Amino acid sequence: MVVLGSLWGLWEGYRWLWNHEGWTWPFVVDNTTMPHVHDIFAALGRPAQTGGPPLGSLLWHSALFTAKEAAVGFALGAVVGFALGVLLAHSKLAQRGLLPYVVASQTVPILAIAPIVVIYLGTLQVTAWVSVAVIAAYLTFFPVTISTLRGLTSADRRALELMRSYATSPWQVLWKLRVPSALPYIFTALKVSATASVVGAIIGEAPSSIQNGLGGEIVVFNQYYTLDPTKLWATNVVAALLGIIFFLVIVAAEKLVVRRAPENIA
Amino acid sequence: MSVVEISGVSKTFSGGTIALQGIDLTIEPGEFVSLIGPSGCGKSTLLRIMGDLIEPSAGAVVVNGKPARRARIDRDYGIVFQDPVLYDWRTVAKNIALPLELARWDRKKRTARIAEMLDLVELNGFADHHPWQLSGGMQQRVSIARALSFDPALLLMDEPFGALDEMTRERLNNQLLEIWTRSGSTVVFVTHSIAEAVFLSTRVVVMSPRPGRISAVLPIDLPQPRTAATREEPRFFELVTKVRDALHLGADIDKQPEILSPTEARL
Repeated sequence: MVVLGSLWGLWEGYRWLWNHEGWTWPFVVDNTTMPHVHDIFAALGRPAQTGGPPLGSLLWHSALFTAKEAAVGFALGAVVGFALGVLLAHSKLAQRGLLPYVVASQTVPILAIAPIVVIYLGTLQVTAWVSVAVIAAYLTFFPVTISTLRGLTSADRRALELMRSYATSPWQVLWKLRVPSALPYIFTALKVSATASVVGAIIGEAPSSIQNGLGGEIVVFNQYYTLDPTKLWATNVVAALLGIIFFLVIVAAEKLVVRRAPENIA
Repeated sequence: MSVVEISGVSKTFSGGTIALQGIDLTIEPGEFVSLIGPSGCGKSTLLRIMGDLIEPSAGAVVVNGKPARRARIDRDYGIVFQDPVLYDWRTVAKNIALPLELARWDRKKRTARIAEMLDLVELNGFADHHPWQLSGGMQQRVSIARALSFDPALLLMDEPFGALDEMTRERLNNQLLEIWTRSGSTVVFVTHSIAEAVFLSTRVVVMSPRPGRISAVLPIDLPQPRTAATREEPRFFELVTKVRDALHLGADIDKQPEILSPTEARL
């Protein structure tokens, strides 16, 4: 609450000071570049088009649609990322052969990949929103892979020796020791990925001309920005809220799943 | 049949360090054998070779009539390290049950055994605690309970009380003897405390460094059961002196001036 209040104060204070002094650097402050915070929230209550439903309700449905894409993409990316991490942790050969490509995959701009994925999966008769989920998964899996790899190899040396004394199979070592040791690392990655999956879904919607999600709204409101900037700002606020909700869900899951000594919680 | 038969064991590490040379040692069922010696005498290495955690460069180790590797796969021994090595995401009860889970005991049998073990190490009421909520001594007792949970014939202990204060250590020594009497298992115990070795053991194996070898084997004839009063007996002090002399002798061969580790110097 305090933080939200301060943000509001900073925003409005900045507006007022720049208007009052007539400063134009770094940009001219007016109702187009920085609409009033209350105008942005008021926009949620007004119809987006004459006679249509209020913007808030429109964005609510868009957010649900985008959330579905992001959630499916996140789940897919988390599973693939974890599996890849396990593979890399168990094979030095795989690590040397695959890791550079895994890293390279993230240096390719998502905007360049998105249309390719959508068109390619489209020819396979895959529904458009699933393609967007795949794009979200593409942004999700990388942190999970890297953290899983790091986490699995973080298991205590003596704990591994103990497992050896019990004549434990590699499979049992993985599930009884390595994965529990890796969980704090994995959850840190999942928190990063959760918000990234929302961004991925929004970016994925733009080139696939999906109109039902937040990405579609952003493209539209972008075009009318000079006419009514509050709509785009309102959409951004909703998108940010969606990302925060995703993040909080992971934090809650972590609280339920990870039971570690205070010093071992990443 | 002997529990442990070590013949002609040597170990050279990859750097060329000779950790052990020409070790012969036989341990009978029900014995409590301590390996004592200054740092670098290879006592922990010898224990790890018995447990097939590392392999000897030469020689053979037979545990329960089988090669050490076979004995490890058959889960013939439990091990306790200097650190408790408890899994902090598991409760005390679940830590004790870890080897039982791995050996695929069913839930009912596991629950019964956990209760038995908590009783043995006097930790009733702590079943649902997590390791970080326990003191160092309690953690080490959990680790002992875990090692004994599946009834191994042999218990290997690598300086299990080395990181604890003197008071806790003496109390746990008393408890360990009770546990040993009740469980009937054979114990191999690595330590660098002379008093601890004499108090606990039926036999003390004195080792000396560079290269690691056995310099003396001393039977400890203190009567059983041993109690806190045993530490006050003249015979106890005689045996402590004997072990100390053996340690000095082993060290003199090497003309090594630093023979007393801090724990021994305190005695």
